[in-house]
Parts: sequence; structure tokens; C-alpha cells
Amino acid sequence: MSWLETMKKSFHIGSRGEVPGGIWVKCETCGAILLRDRLIENLWVCDKCEYHFRITPNEYVELLFDKNTFSELFASVKDIDFLRFVDTKKYYQRIKTARSSTGFNSAIITGTGKIDGHKVASGMMDFRFIGGSLSSSVGEKIVRLADYAIDKKLPVIMITQSGGARMQESTTALMQMAKASAAIGLLAEAKLPYIVILTNPTTGGVTASFAMLGDIHFAEPKALIGFAGPRVIKEAMKCELPEGFQKSQFLLEHGYCDKIVSRHHMKTEVSKVLGLLMD
Amino acid sequence: MPERYLLDFEEPMRRIRHQIREMEDWSDRDPEYTKNEIKRLEDQEKRLSDEIYSNLTSWQRVQIARHPQRPHTLDYIKKMTTDFIELHGDRKTGDDPAMVAGFAKIGDIPVAVIGQQKGHDNESRIKRNFGMPNPEGYRKALRIMKLAEKFSRPVLSFVDTPGAFPGIEAEEHGQGEAIARNLMEMSMLQTPIIVTIIGEGGSGGALGIGVGDKIVMLENSWYSVIAPESCAMILMRSTEKKDKLTESLKLTAQDLKKLGLIDNIIKEPVGGAHNDPDLVAKRLKADILKILPELMKTSGTNLVKQRIHKFKAMGRWSE
Ligand SMILES: [Zn+2]
Repeated sequence: MSWLETMKKSFHIGSRGEVPGGIWVKCETCGAILLRDRLIENLWVCDKCEYHFRITPNEYVELLFDKNTFSELFASVKDIDFLRFVDTKKYYQRIKTARSSTGFNSAIITGTGKIDGHKVASGMMDFRFIGGSLSSSVGEKIVRLADYAIDKKLPVIMITQSGGARMQESTTALMQMAKASAAIGLLAEAKLPYIVILTNPTTGGVTASFAMLGDIHFAEPKALIGFAGPRVIKEAMKCELPEGFQKSQFLLEHGYCDKIVSRHHMKTEVSKVLGLLMD
Repeated sequence: MPERYLLDFEEPMRRIRHQIREMEDWSDRDPEYTKNEIKRLEDQEKRLSDEIYSNLTSWQRVQIARHPQRPHTLDYIKKMTTDFIELHGDRKTGDDPAMVAGFAKIGDIPVAVIGQQKGHDNESRIKRNFGMPNPEGYRKALRIMKLAEKFSRPVLSFVDTPGAFPGIEAEEHGQGEAIARNLMEMSMLQTPIIVTIIGEGGSGGALGIGVGDKIVMLENSWYSVIAPESCAMILMRSTEKKDKLTESLKLTAQDLKKLGLIDNIIKEPVGGAHNDPDLVAKRLKADILKILPELMKTSGTNLVKQRIHKFKAMGRWSE
């Protein structure tokens, strides 16, 4: 099988809540009606407007890593409902549902693999897992990933996709921002590259911690990236938000993103940077 | 002294106080009777307030933490320190009035002080942006912390914010990056940091100056991933059940001590810190002066090691 065919195959497997089944898919950004098979072939990128539909960690593994080089680390670290938190659902029920629908134990997948031969450690967030929210398990896995990278002298590639800190873990979730940022601090002290790939959406406590601490920030086109959510800002400012507000291009223009990179070129660009910083 | 502002759950006391005032108007007619009656009412008020304040719900504590007469950062700096000099600006974009920073002496010890600042009347509240900093505020705080490190001075951080400001300009100037940078730099800062939550500890905006060697909370302050009514809006689509949700968020000093996320609690007078700001400042100062010497004896490298260890230990998961 060619690389593209493998990718197409794995891209079929990922369940995608935001995309209804059937032959046709509507682009969330420009409204174009797209042929599902063509969309998959195009790595879930809209032909018309370049919008990048959300994809899962499994798909990023296919996209970024050399064939069969990725192996997962710390997979057994799981969320627990230690506050017995109940909103409209019980938190432990939310965890259970997320685990069975994603096949993962946490909103981040951590592991190690090769990108064009460069050995790296990597974290990939999964929005399907309770909005990719930052929980204790996510914080712990980031710490372990950074420690592992420091021990093995590896760069870290982080793919962010999150609505922020996990409300159901309250202040403990908030502290994960400090915990993860401290881990990135240690990585910086060890002079190991930390490359962040910002995908749609990256907001709240994730933006205000490990997502904005990269040596290099790449963003997928048209991703929403910000601290406060657009609705909250609209309410606070009592005005309409400017066109393109908090989108990748906005971050690039304001100096918070190094380069907007389409999914088709992500592996090449990451590999290029690794070559320039590590070899 | 201005008339005390009463919170909704203090309503029964307002009624008694009203009766006391009425009685006072009567005192010309029957001095003996009114004197006894006022005494009786005052006793009743005391019993009632003891009852209310010894059984505070989490939501009531949130209300006290937001009390319009609650002392704020500059009040504590004035009451606890001498030689305070306020320093302005982040040396990049501007100066944020929602964050104050500078140097002062606590006892004989020169320290850096940083903290969110709220106003005390309408005009100053607007000027201080209700204690919601912009990125410039976080960067100013970081600038002063780096100076503290350079000159081997401990940092006292006072947290009191509903959250970082959710504004258009704040996003343009990298609110997320500013907070993230502080979290990383504070975890690596080679000088002691003592953090005190004096009122509201609202989310990332609070944590943005909240990483330290010791975390202290005033008895009626709160610290949470999100303000309880915003949490209710997002998760329940209504603020109706905010009382119960506030309880679930475990955001009081007592809850957070049990969870191992904070170190010390400073007791407040009955009713809240606004009833005796001098006393609270005295207690907080004593606590800080007790903690500081030990931290100042520890080397910068070891402080950082211990601090990172402290934050790494936070979190609950299973394997
Ligand atoms: Zn489109």
C-alpha cells in the first residue's frame, strides 16, 4: 500500500462527531458541499477554503510518523472522578463514554516515534475526549513525556486540540497548567526543541500554558486559537468581533505563530525544523 | 466609617439593625426601656451572625470574597509593608492598572510585591478593570519577578481577580502567551515566592501570578478553574443551580487545603476581612514572616526543585 492509501484507510477509521455520515459533507467554514471520499483523500482539508476538519491522534500518527515507528507511552494513565462531580451528567460517566468512543484513557496520547528518521517524543490531544480538556491525566502525561524526552535527549512535538481546563476537576485541573508549564520549563533548560502544532480549536487553559510555550509554533490553517472564547469576548466587549479574529492568520499577524502549515506539508516542515535544530 | 454593605444572606441582620435604629429614635421617651431593648436586639444580632457565619456555604464565601468593601492588594501592601515603591509598565506595550507591582519591606526584609488590583468605588473599579489584567499586567508582574530574582529578593504575590480580561486587544497582545510564560518562569524562578489568595482566584488569570513555594488563602477567598456561575452557565445552561455547583467545585480555602493544593489558611474576623482589615493584615504578615526565613535559607536551585516537585504532585489519576 502506498503512503496515501494507508492514510486513506486509517482516515476512514477515525470517528468524527462533527461530520455526519453519508457521501456528502458540508464544510463548516465556507459551507461548500464536498464529496466525502475526495475529502478523505485530501486529508480532511476543504478544497474550496482550505479549512482543516478536525482529525484524531490516530490520523496524526499516520500523517507525521514514519511507518510503524510510533509506539505509545504512559497509555495506562487514566482520569478518575475524584470530586464525584455532577453537572448534567456524572463525570465518571463522561469519562467512561469518552474512553469507549475514542479507545484512549486520556485526552492526550503520548509516545515516541520517528519523523523522517528523527527520533522524537510526542503528545497529541484528542478533542473527542471531553473536548480535549486538560485534566490530571493530561498534566501527568505531559510531565512524563517531558521527563522521558530529557532522559533520551529527544525533541518534543505537541499537537494541541482543546477547549481548555477540565471543569469537572476544578482547581486540580487549573494546577495542571502550572504542572505542564513547569515540565516545558525543564525541557527548555535541557535545550531540547519543543515544537507546538496548534489545531482547531486550542483555547483556554491549554493556550495559557503548554500550547503557547513552544520554541516553534506551527498552526493548521483557519484554526481557532485563543485564550478566552469568542462568545465570552463578544459578551464582555459588547461588540462584533473582527473578521478572522483568533484564527491562525490572526496569530501569525500578531506574532504568536511562526508559520501556518497545511496538513499536506506538516511532516516536511517539522522534519525540516528538526534537521535545522537537532542535527 | 461608611455604612456596611450587606450581602443577600445577611438580610435577617439588616432587619435587626433597622429595629435597633428605630429604637434609638425612641430613646428620649423611655431611656431605660430602649436601652434594654437595644441590648436585647444586639445580642440577637450577635447570635444570628454567629450562626450565619459558622455555617457558610461555598456560594456565600464566594460572595464575601467579592464584597465591595473587601480589602484589596494595595490595602494589604500599605498595612503590611513599609517603603513601598510602585513600578509601572511591562517595557513592551504599556502599563496595566489591574496589576500592581513594586518593591517594599515586610519587617526588615526587602521584597518584591505583585498583585491584581480592584477598585473601591465605581470610578476606580473601571480604572482597575475590575481586577481583570491584560497581557501587559502579567508581563509587568514578570518583569518585577525577574528583578526580584536578579537582586535576590523574595516575591509576595497577591491574587484577587475574577479572571484575565477577555478582550479583543488582550487576545491581540497574547493573553494566553503572557499567562503561559508566567507559569513557566515562576516555576523556574530562583527566589522564594509566597502566593496569597486574598479574594477571588479566578482561573488562569489568577494562576498567572499564582505559582509559588507556599500558597496561602484567606478564609473567605475562592480559587477555581472557573467562576461558579460561568461554570453553571456552561455545564447546566443556567445559573439556577449555582449553589450546588459551587459546592461541587471545591473552591473554598478549606476544600483546597484538604485537596492538598494550598498550604495555609488565614482566619478572617466574623463576617469577612472587610470587618477588620488591620487584623487580617496583621495575621497575614505574621504568617509570611514565619514562612520567609526558611525559604530564604534555601538555595535558588533547591527552591526550584522543590517548587516543581510540589506542582508535579498535584493531580489525581489512576493507572
Ligand atoms: Zn471550506
